[in-house]
Amino acid sequence: MKLTRRDALTYSAGAIAMALVGLRGVSAHAGTEETGTAVSGFTGGVEPQSGMITLKAPEIAENGNTVPVSISVDSPMTADDYVESVAIFAEGNPNPEVVVFNFTPLSGEAAATTRMRLAKTQNVVAVAKTSTGKVFMDKREVKVTIGGCGG
Amino acid sequence: MKRVKKAMFASGLLAFTLTLNPAAQADPDDDTLVIDGVEVITSAKGKEDGPLDELYSGWRFRSDETQSFQADDFENPAFVAIDQALEQFEVVEGAAGKACASCHEGGPEEFEGLRAALPRWNADTGKPETIQHIINECRTERMQAEPWKWEANEMLNMTALVGLQSRGMPVDVQTDGEMSPWYEKGKELYYTRVGQLDMSCANCHEDNYGNMIRADHLSQGQTNGFPVYRLKWAGLGSIHRRFKGCMSNIRAKPYKRGSDEFVALELYVASRGEGLAVETPAVRN
Amino acid sequence: MATAKPRVKVPKSASAGDVITIKTLISHKMESGQRKDKKGNVIPRKIINRFECTFNGATVFSCDIDPAISANPYFEFTAKVMEPGTFRFVWTDDDGAVYETEKTIAVS
Repeated sequence: MKLTRRDALTYSAGAIAMALVGLRGVSAHAGTEETGTAVSGFTGGVEPQSGMITLKAPEIAENGNTVPVSISVDSPMTADDYVESVAIFAEGNPNPEVVVFNFTPLSGEAAATTRMRLAKTQNVVAVAKTSTGKVFMDKREVKVTIGGCGG
Repeated sequence: MKRVKKAMFASGLLAFTLTLNPAAQADPDDDTLVIDGVEVITSAKGKEDGPLDELYSGWRFRSDETQSFQADDFENPAFVAIDQALEQFEVVEGAAGKACASCHEGGPEEFEGLRAALPRWNADTGKPETIQHIINECRTERMQAEPWKWEANEMLNMTALVGLQSRGMPVDVQTDGEMSPWYEKGKELYYTRVGQLDMSCANCHEDNYGNMIRADHLSQGQTNGFPVYRLKWAGLGSIHRRFKGCMSNIRAKPYKRGSDEFVALELYVASRGEGLAVETPAVRN
Repeated sequence: MATAKPRVKVPKSASAGDVITIKTLISHKMESGQRKDKKGNVIPRKIINRFECTFNGATVFSCDIDPAISANPYFEFTAKVMEPGTFRFVWTDDDGAVYETEKTIAVS
């Protein structure tokens, strides 16, 4: 690619815009605490363990309007031992709650996929509650890009 | 403040370097588009005298997640519009007491191939016609109903349904004869720098496709998937809406949807994608 | 989009004990309550706030939905089928409207 002076200007303007967005991102951690409150509200105060639950989301989302997200929990899904519900939270959204999936033994598996809105780059958290009172959590950072064209 | 400025300058330089790093996501990817088991080609050889050696569908520039929305007609949110258009096809409207289906007894399938050849010449109006013109001519002339607005949901849905009938067929438009002056006009618009940023379509979509513009992977600006379901719009949009968006982004005053300028540009851009398969309704970011 | 339109994909048949995948999508703007109109007034929230899937009357899967779910909400989940029957899908709108659809499955 040949680089004209104009190209250079365009790109560096873009880079500055990115840098500005980055700065804004650093200062906006207000959601972490609120998310913690929301999580303990969901778990009834039980401290989540890691493992058993897998949260799948893109590392980089091309648009924050529609970000595919999947969860699956390792569970026998029998009447005696099944995943009751999985809640998804987004730390950097205006409100952390995204969705609560409620399963039954008839679900067969504790797995679901949806599409969510992410206001900016942030952590997405999934918390599972089993019928036996166990709580598991997984967390993943999703980078949300802004379009090149003002978008 | 000075330090912040410096920092910004430095990170600007850094991002700038990254942008130029050829390893950093240059070029389209090598993925293959298979929609419910049927492969749809997403690249083609450019014409010998054409501006592009290799043509790539915009699908090839999207992330895996965005790509996968289009690989299954159920997961493609545009298919809600297809369902709605199928219902609309049967709705009687207007003084003539007709629905689309009254004349088009073979159903939407009658329109196989139409999308691939648009815009086409209309001898009656003495102008090229787009899918929107064709649908509205049916509505006003044969149904004696109100025309739909260019970007109305009903229009978007119906253009998606008609377009879908040509999915997989190569784009092939007439550019000679009566279409020639329109083609030339479109070409002139494509290469003319406009707006406060003083950019032409070609600056991004010919000179820099495959490169990153900020965080966005620039495509060739092909129109073979329109109307597209754009994640940013959370809905369908027309080619002319996208043109308007591009023009606003370079701080130019956009032409109007359905204007002669945009019809000419639609023709010229379609001709640049001749050989690419129709993907309507595609999904883009 | 004037009325919400549901779409569902369920296999036509399965063997007893199979875990099948179900996909659902409904056309809906999912107005988050976070956006403002051109005059600066907040556009009131209007979303699908609940979705439920039952099989022969028993709940298989449900969700409680917040405004962070994208427009045209999509849900994919599984169901274990032991006998033939009917899946019933119900979406509930903030305004009280209920959208429903059904699919039958043959189980051998």
